Amino acid sequence: MSSWIVIICGLFYLVILFAVAYFAEYKLKKGKSLINNPYVYALSLCVYCTAWTYYGSVGRAATEGIDFLGIYIGPTLAAAIFFPVLSKIIQITKAQRINSIADFISTRYGKNISIASIISVVCIIAVIPYIALQIKAISISLDVLTANTLPENSIIYITLVLAVFIVIFGTRSVDATEKHEGMVAAVAFESVVKLVAFVAAGIFVTYGAFNGFTDVFEQAAANSDLRKLFMLNGENAYMSWFTIIVLSMSAVLFLPRQFQVGVIENVSEKHLKKAVWLFPLYLLLINIFVLPIAFGGKLLLPATADADTFVLAIPLFFKHDVLSLLVFIGGLSAATSMIIVETIALSTMVSNNLVMPVLFSRHAFVSGVDQSIRKLILYIRRFSIVLILLLALLFDVFIAQYFSLVSIGLISFAGISQLAPSILGGIYWKSASKTGALVGIIIGFVVWFYTMIVPALANTQLIDASILINGPFGISWLNPTALFGLKGFDSITHGLIWSILLNVAAFFWISLYTKLSAQEVIQAELFVDISNYNVPEQSLIWRGTAYMPELHTLLANFIGQARAQNLINNYANRHKIDLEKQGNADPLMVNFVERILAGVIGSASARIMVSTVTKEEEISLKEVFKMLQESQQFIELNKELRKKSLELTKASEQLKEAYSQLKKMDEAKDEFLYTVTHELRTPLTSIKSLSEIVHDNTDLDEEERQKFLKAVVTETERLSHLITQVLNLEKYENGRQQLHLSSFDFVRFTEESAASFAILAKENGVDFRLNLPNSMLLIRADKDLLQQVMVNLIDNAMKFTKIGDSIQVHVAEDAQHIEVVVSDTGKGIPLEWQPFIFDKFFQARNQTTKKPQGTGLGLAICKRIIEMHGGSIEVKSEPEKGAKFTFTIPTFA
Amino acid sequence: MSVTSKILVVDDDPYILMSLEFLMRKSGFEVMIARNGTEALQLLDTHNPDVVLLDIMMPDVDGYSICEFIKSTEKHKQCKVVFLSAKSKEADIQKGYDLGADLYITKPFANKDLVNKIKSMIPQN
Repeated sequence: MSSWIVIICGLFYLVILFAVAYFAEYKLKKGKSLINNPYVYALSLCVYCTAWTYYGSVGRAATEGIDFLGIYIGPTLAAAIFFPVLSKIIQITKAQRINSIADFISTRYGKNISIASIISVVCIIAVIPYIALQIKAISISLDVLTANTLPENSIIYITLVLAVFIVIFGTRSVDATEKHEGMVAAVAFESVVKLVAFVAAGIFVTYGAFNGFTDVFEQAAANSDLRKLFMLNGENAYMSWFTIIVLSMSAVLFLPRQFQVGVIENVSEKHLKKAVWLFPLYLLLINIFVLPIAFGGKLLLPATADADTFVLAIPLFFKHDVLSLLVFIGGLSAATSMIIVETIALSTMVSNNLVMPVLFSRHAFVSGVDQSIRKLILYIRRFSIVLILLLALLFDVFIAQYFSLVSIGLISFAGISQLAPSILGGIYWKSASKTGALVGIIIGFVVWFYTMIVPALANTQLIDASILINGPFGISWLNPTALFGLKGFDSITHGLIWSILLNVAAFFWISLYTKLSAQEVIQAELFVDISNYNVPEQSLIWRGTAYMPELHTLLANFIGQARAQNLINNYANRHKIDLEKQGNADPLMVNFVERILAGVIGSASARIMVSTVTKEEEISLKEVFKMLQESQQFIELNKELRKKSLELTKASEQLKEAYSQLKKMDEAKDEFLYTVTHELRTPLTSIKSLSEIVHDNTDLDEEERQKFLKAVVTETERLSHLITQVLNLEKYENGRQQLHLSSFDFVRFTEESAASFAILAKENGVDFRLNLPNSMLLIRADKDLLQQVMVNLIDNAMKFTKIGDSIQVHVAEDAQHIEVVVSDTGKGIPLEWQPFIFDKFFQARNQTTKKPQGTGLGLAICKRIIEMHGGSIEVKSEPEKGAKFTFTIPTFA
Repeated sequence: MSVTSKILVVDDDPYILMSLEFLMRKSGFEVMIARNGTEALQLLDTHNPDVVLLDIMMPDVDGYSICEFIKSTEKHKQCKVVFLSAKSKEADIQKGYDLGADLYITKPFANKDLVNKIKSMIPQN
């Protein structure tokens, strides 16, 4: 195809990209954010799929088979597993207004500048090869498309174009404070483009060149070379696969571009929920056609064709110009989105953490800061972008040849994964210290370099190849591919194992033995316990003096008068800060300004700048804790209040209980009164009626008159007896009855009490026996009261027995008690009444319409009397089998 | 009265029975007495009284049940039921009337009062 057409199309695409970004930012100014949308968020995460994967997956699939899937399984797993981790990281990032991965780690470890710079260096070294890869992919795809008609140095021009594009795109104004609305929109757009292009190519191959999936796979299976691609091959294939999965899991989170779009550009945590399944879905879609294309290429194209270019080569082979162009654009899309985000992320880090600290460490520079600083920062940023791209280009030209494309990617992942321990450790382990993290990262990085970069360079003039066989200076256990004798792994796995192992070990041990500074403690608290501090203002620990006008000017110097005004006013409104107030500026405002500046010049430099207009006071560890405590106190207070409220509820419940108890007792009293009066009425009725009869009928015959009057007397006695019983019971219950103790022989006493019943028993045909000990039983008790008990029990037995039944009174003693059992073989007591029979008026109350036999008070009185003596009484009974009343009293009451 | 009215007196207290029997006899009734519900039902069946003077609290069948029985049986529907009981709560009295009682008198009672009320139960020729 004509190279001009291709070039123009390419440039045109870049213009479209720019338009998309511009449109998004325009919309934002109008108040509507295009990127505040879970789908856009998920698509932006797909910047993970770069030209490496666009072209390289097919390449890898064609040579290593399904091995290529590792790069995608990792992120899918990560999406599932790391959801809470990512959620926490986003929360922290928002709360502390963090603006890059280096900023995240350095903020966690006390806003330390050396960590920030080292991490920035690590990121650059790890990522530049990866960027170079993208440039190379563009270059190769151009070559394929134009059939090598482009000039030799076209790659330089490509890089130049990209540099210009990104400079314009990413640095129109100095504010790492706002989200890069345009960038995110463009990246999402590009994700769609590359997916569409790849799928189009896939469909073309599968359904155009072949007859569907089955056809492709069948043909591949028929081919002996291709058949083995259906499985993992080679020694250590599974181990390598596992390594790839692990590496890609960490890459999808911690690559600077992933961190940028996934964490820093995230608008709302809610989007994360959708992204967790949308992202894997995208990965699935873009992978469906990899194998068909790989097989297709192998089957259709000449054997010399480079598998990495199959995606493009196949449509070209079929002379399908439009599709080829589309595929090219897709690849361009994949490459440029990666380069854009990565470069912007890296340039921010370079500017903030490498350049600025140097500048701001010089007093002369700091004191000379005025509005012109803005331009300076802008230029520094642009310079960083160009520098990074240049380095990528140099890498590509001079060093890339020593590495396979695939290994470049994996080595890059492995480099970035050195950050994982300090990040993950930092958000879950409060004792993680700055020194630990720093040393860990350095060691990890050094080992990484030694085990992954050095072996590749060993075959050049730079390093002698013997190092791979005997180790440096002949020290075999320092062999870069077999450190400490660990053999049998591919170099990536081997390198990963050692670098991570030593990284984590150093991080862990050193953290255990270092004391944390006040700043570190604060930050540890704020990171690990982020849920306690989910309002940014609660994470403020600052004390000092500052003045608003100076703060304002400072900010304006860096981000412009209008923006500074805007930001300050908005913040003041949101947090009810009075800007007009004379004297000390609100610490919240100081913190806010510092954070904004940190986005522009890095937190260390921001700190330096803010300190020029403020005077911070030293905060001791004690005070740190006090401040943290105060903010915690609020939460505590809340808890206390809730506890108190619960207690109050409980107390109120108890009161209600007590009240209802009292009411019940009151009702019981009323019922008692009613029952007693009711009981009294019956004898009164006959007394009244019979007396009236005698009075009104003077002609009554003598016999009848006697009969009636006798009845009156009897009933009067009954009435009197009842009243006495009620009063007695009251007395016993109220404790007004005194026991009149005397010593007597219980055996004799029993005989006497039972005597009067002997005759009655005989009359009723009831067998009445006494079972008494032979000797005397001395007891000290109230004889009269006990007699009442005895009489009552025997009397009851009489009432409930008939002819043929028997009654027995059994007396026994043990060491300190006398036990009396009055048993009968009569009617017995129904089970459901047994718990109640000692209650007052039991019969009256519960046999509502059945006439009671007796007053219903007898047993209640018995119980009371026995208890007054310090004893107890109980009943056992089976209906129709009789009843057994047992009471026990101490021999000396 | 041309025909002597029959009255059935039911109460488990013997002394009250004694006094009621005297009073009713003196008033010209043919008196039958029952000491519990069972006896009452038997006598009801055999003698078909015109009035029943019912105590409520009785050992076996209580007065309420007997009243209900009387008022729902075709044969005895005409019989007048008079409750005579020490139960004096509003609810008890209301229950009696709800079951169809013609009168409810509480104990203790005045002899003259009782006699007059019962006499008024019987329609005069």
